[in-house]
Amino acid sequence: MELYDLTIHEAAALLARRELSSHELTQAVLDRIHQVEERVEAYVTITEELALKQADEADRRIAAGNAAPLTGIPAAIKDVICTKGVPTTCGSRMLANFLPPYHAHVTERLIDAGLVMVGKANMDEFAMGSSTENSAFHPTHNPWDLERVPGGSSGGSAAAVAASECIYALGSDTGGSIRQPAALCGVVGFKPTYGRISRFGLVAFASSLDQIGPLTKDVTDCALVMNVIAGHDRRDSTSAPLDVPDYTQSLIPDLKGIRIGVPQEYFVEGMDSQVRTSIEAAVNKMAELGAEVDWQVSLPSTGPALACYYIIAPSEAMANLARYDGVKYGYSDRRGDSMWQNMELTRQHGFGDEVKRRIMLGTYALSAGYYDAYYLKAQKVRTLIRREFDAAFQRCDVLVTAVSPTPAFKLGEKVADPLQMYLSDVCTIPMNIAGLPAISVPCGLTDGLPVGVQIVAKPFDETTILRVAYAYEQATDWHKARPSL
Amino acid sequence: MAITREEVRHVAMLFRMSLSEEEIARLQQQLSQIIDYFQVLQQVDTEGVPPTSHTLALENVMRDDEPRPSYPTEDILANAPLSEGGFFRVRAVLE
Repeated sequence: MELYDLTIHEAAALLARRELSSHELTQAVLDRIHQVEERVEAYVTITEELALKQADEADRRIAAGNAAPLTGIPAAIKDVICTKGVPTTCGSRMLANFLPPYHAHVTERLIDAGLVMVGKANMDEFAMGSSTENSAFHPTHNPWDLERVPGGSSGGSAAAVAASECIYALGSDTGGSIRQPAALCGVVGFKPTYGRISRFGLVAFASSLDQIGPLTKDVTDCALVMNVIAGHDRRDSTSAPLDVPDYTQSLIPDLKGIRIGVPQEYFVEGMDSQVRTSIEAAVNKMAELGAEVDWQVSLPSTGPALACYYIIAPSEAMANLARYDGVKYGYSDRRGDSMWQNMELTRQHGFGDEVKRRIMLGTYALSAGYYDAYYLKAQKVRTLIRREFDAAFQRCDVLVTAVSPTPAFKLGEKVADPLQMYLSDVCTIPMNIAGLPAISVPCGLTDGLPVGVQIVAKPFDETTILRVAYAYEQATDWHKARPSL
Repeated sequence: MAITREEVRHVAMLFRMSLSEEEIARLQQQLSQIIDYFQVLQQVDTEGVPPTSHTLALENVMRDDEPRPSYPTEDILANAPLSEGGFFRVRAVLE
């Protein structure tokens, strides 16, 4: 086994026993990046010098006996999360030269824990997309099949973990942007409850939906990263003032007493038959481990949730993206004669097609005459979606569904048809609308491409999700499969 | 088409974003298709259902109004395309 293939917990054990230094581990990951990045293109920026400097600091910390579980472990950070003095582009021409004057809350937390950052991961522009093809710089390739997409928008983070170009990564999830690429790349991806992790320093897309989370090689690593990044922060007033449990306490390998619900509406029309089979097999495995299964749960608003999302998310995005005016930071087009003309040109030439499309949708949905029919209606449907989940969680501890109706699709396949691209998020969007925590865990391979199973729980019940995910993972070998590159 | 070319132009200007004629044509077609898809919501009965704007059971979050250090002006202006004397610089607003 190569050093770059290690998980966090495996590497941390070797570091603690002084059988490995962070410098050696970091160099191994950097060498791996040099070996495969030309084909995978997971990164926007590779921070080699910084990583080796941080690795040496970590080695001194370990020698002094102050190591934490993530100390000295090489990580990738999605390029929508601010890193002071290191370019944070959001995959956009608009921010191609932006250097954040401060760290995001999660970046600070990781630095305190002994971060070694090897790079900033590629993404769909401003986290809008399901394939990472909307990056202004280059697409990212799925390490399992380089002609296919890694999913999105955290496609760089997922591909980097899958290709062992980092040991773990951070992503963000507004409608499935952690879980869907995790599923398509065969890694673990967790979107915690809205409010569990501070969004301070996460460049805003849709503020009532955005949430940061980890992408890792297994569930134990997921719990270890959660322990560092979760918790209240006064700089994000929507971060929940709740205590954070030790998530590693949830890593229990049995499911006795756990009630699982399988919502019928998530077996959507057009779902790949092998994906369906994999999900059913995963649920059966969970039943073998002691869970009770109700196969007949119904969530009737699942269909309308997609339309609800594509009204609410663009409306919030339009308000957030109004800050890009060519004046304060970012791309500035000064070919016009007046301030207004400069602003109009800055946005036309600074934003890519998908971002413009969503700005237009949001501006339309909020404009006079359409507000009640679209935005207000979508907010009412949002209430119904949340109520249906609340009712389901009266009877179930977790819901289990597919993450993506299909495995990874080909690069270019859905670029010309935005609506088809939107439909690939049908199984992940409802959780963002309802603010629920949800994880994607590897549960199969179909024609050599990974499939992910989604486990969802009620708000702030991340511990039950991790327990179910861990027990399932330990009883199967899917998380050990690696692409050959 | 659910949306006309004129409406596309109007919506873009509400956001202060210029578009090429080609972009307007493409957006008219794509937005119309997506807005048609939104009609699925009209079939959902929301009579008497209150809207949800966010999912946390938080109301207004208050804090004491105490001064605390902010970022140095030069750090904030470092990303500005144009600045002068501690200010962002823009073209004339009024003709």
